[in-house]
Amino acid sequence: MTGSLAARQKRKVRLSYLALVPFLVFFLFPLYWMLITSFKTDHEITSLKGIPLLIQSAPTLAHYKMILFQTEFVTWFWNSLVIAVVVTVLTMVISILAAYAISRLTFLGSRYFGVGVFCTYLVPPALLFIPFYKVVGILGLLNTKWCLLFLYPTLTVPFCTWILIGYFAAIPRALDEAAFVDGATYIQMLTKVFLPVASPGLIAATMFAFTVSWAQFLYPLAYIYKTSQMMLTNGIYTTLIRGDVYFWGELMGGALLASVPVVVLFAFLMDYYVAGLTRGTIR
Amino acid sequence: MAKVTLQNVSKNFGQVKAVCNFSLEVEDREFLVLLGPSGCGKSTTLRMIAGLEELTEGDIFIGNELVNDLPPRDRKIAMVFQDYALYPHMTVYQNMAFGLKLAKHPKAEIDQRVREAAEILGIQELLARKPRELSGGQRQRVAVGRAIVRKPSVFLFDEPLSNLDAKLRGQMRVELSKLHHTLRTTIVYVTHDQVEAMTMGTKIVVMKDGFIQQVGEPMEIYRYPVNRFVGGFIGSPGMNFVPARIAAGEAGLRLDAGSFELPIPPEKNTFLESRVGQDLILGLRPEHIEDRAFAEKGVFSGVITAKVEVVETLGAEVQLDVTTGEQTLVARVDPRTRARRQESIELAVEMDKIHIFEQEPPHSRIKTE
Repeated sequence: MTGSLAARQKRKVRLSYLALVPFLVFFLFPLYWMLITSFKTDHEITSLKGIPLLIQSAPTLAHYKMILFQTEFVTWFWNSLVIAVVVTVLTMVISILAAYAISRLTFLGSRYFGVGVFCTYLVPPALLFIPFYKVVGILGLLNTKWCLLFLYPTLTVPFCTWILIGYFAAIPRALDEAAFVDGATYIQMLTKVFLPVASPGLIAATMFAFTVSWAQFLYPLAYIYKTSQMMLTNGIYTTLIRGDVYFWGELMGGALLASVPVVVLFAFLMDYYVAGLTRGTIR
Repeated sequence: MAKVTLQNVSKNFGQVKAVCNFSLEVEDREFLVLLGPSGCGKSTTLRMIAGLEELTEGDIFIGNELVNDLPPRDRKIAMVFQDYALYPHMTVYQNMAFGLKLAKHPKAEIDQRVREAAEILGIQELLARKPRELSGGQRQRVAVGRAIVRKPSVFLFDEPLSNLDAKLRGQMRVELSKLHHTLRTTIVYVTHDQVEAMTMGTKIVVMKDGFIQQVGEPMEIYRYPVNRFVGGFIGSPGMNFVPARIAAGEAGLRLDAGSFELPIPPEKNTFLESRVGQDLILGLRPEHIEDRAFAEKGVFSGVITAKVEVVETLGAEVQLDVTTGEQTLVARVDPRTRARRQESIELAVEMDKIHIFEQEPPHSRIKTE
């Protein structure tokens, strides 16, 4: 009886994996396409003959050499990394303190404040970039990457705060109180007890903030024209699409290289995210 | 160790008065139990002692120090929470050492204190585990251990046994009592379970709706409850309450409950003579009602004829639910009883253990001794 149950379980697991295959194909196919296109010659990319899903002539590194040595790709990569990391840190500091205050401290209007924070996220960025242009101009930061340090948090802070309010509210207050009774100050309670317990929420918010900052296109396109100040998104777009000429090999290679930090971040943080979820908060 | 003094302490949550004019002195090394139903203000009182709630009015002293404005960490208290509140990301060792690390004790001292406490509680083998790997009873011990290592002046327990099963609760009651003797410390313990209060406390404070109803030793509260609420709250199963009137007869005073009558013992007459004709409430504890066939002569003098509705066999005794007229009574009788459902039974009452309460609120007990 036990043997047939084990066999049934195994079959269930195999069927589950089989059911995941279409999703895997759907999500990984674009990456596969980008990968093979980045290694195809220009002739093969534009050719209508042969099987497009395979590299049929000899693969080439020419596109990668062009991106890395004939454009300011490395500068854009570095700019994007600096801005994304700083914005993520800024966002997390603001969001953690805001979410803790809204979820834990009782003050007049705290309940409505949380809803208000989320409502600001519902305003589309496309509506804001015109008034923001004036603000950035007054700050004297037009055409510099530093203007994004003021603009990106308007996108990341509301949603991250909203995520964290939910996570923080689910943590029993008794944990805070136990820490206070044990002799912790507010900062010690926050850093040594509360935040470690809320780690799944922090990781989720960090991943969101980094991804939004890394992949943002509209604001860099609107405010930055100098090539040395560009982000990866607008840099690749303006340099590798000239009029109606698309440098497909370079575009695909650039996009793949641009996705590496996000993949690394997710791969690194996902284990901690899952571990944090399974640890839970213990009664 | 220290005594705890509460003077005219009140706590309001908006319009709701959770604790009203609470004054109490907890002696050094006393095991004081705050007992009452949910919402009576006992946990709020405990949290005010801990510094987790601000007082609306009044003063709290720990030792001779006024602690109203002191944060919890400066009050020399340790607390065990109802759901233990163990830090899930820390091991048992780290949980117990956390407070000492914050206080910047030397590493060697922390290690010694943690291992000593672990030995007292029998959790030496659990020090490397995380809370999620522990059973309920083990977690509870770790929570107690976390409090012990800090060597506080006062231990505060907020219903620590309420999440345990009945058997484990019984075991932990014994262990906590032993701990009190070992540590010789002041404990303030909150519970809604009167069995915990009676078995562990050296003094019980019964609370209702934010007010103190009675303060006293367990047996004093059991024998002489100050009002109907306390009488009904202490004792399991709870006291039976029957509307009755005192009547005078040739044989002396009697209690007329309509469906039955009980003779009042002569020694109680002087206290009740002035109440003849008055409507009162008769209180009878189930353990003071016995199957007449097994009642000790001279001890049980009143007799009630009733109909058995439910027979619950508990092993060492039998619990009967009986009806007499419109009254329902619960009795704990000898296990040899031959009581059967839907049959009549004669029950004997230990008359010198009856209680008589005023009919008007707060239903104070009339002194008859």
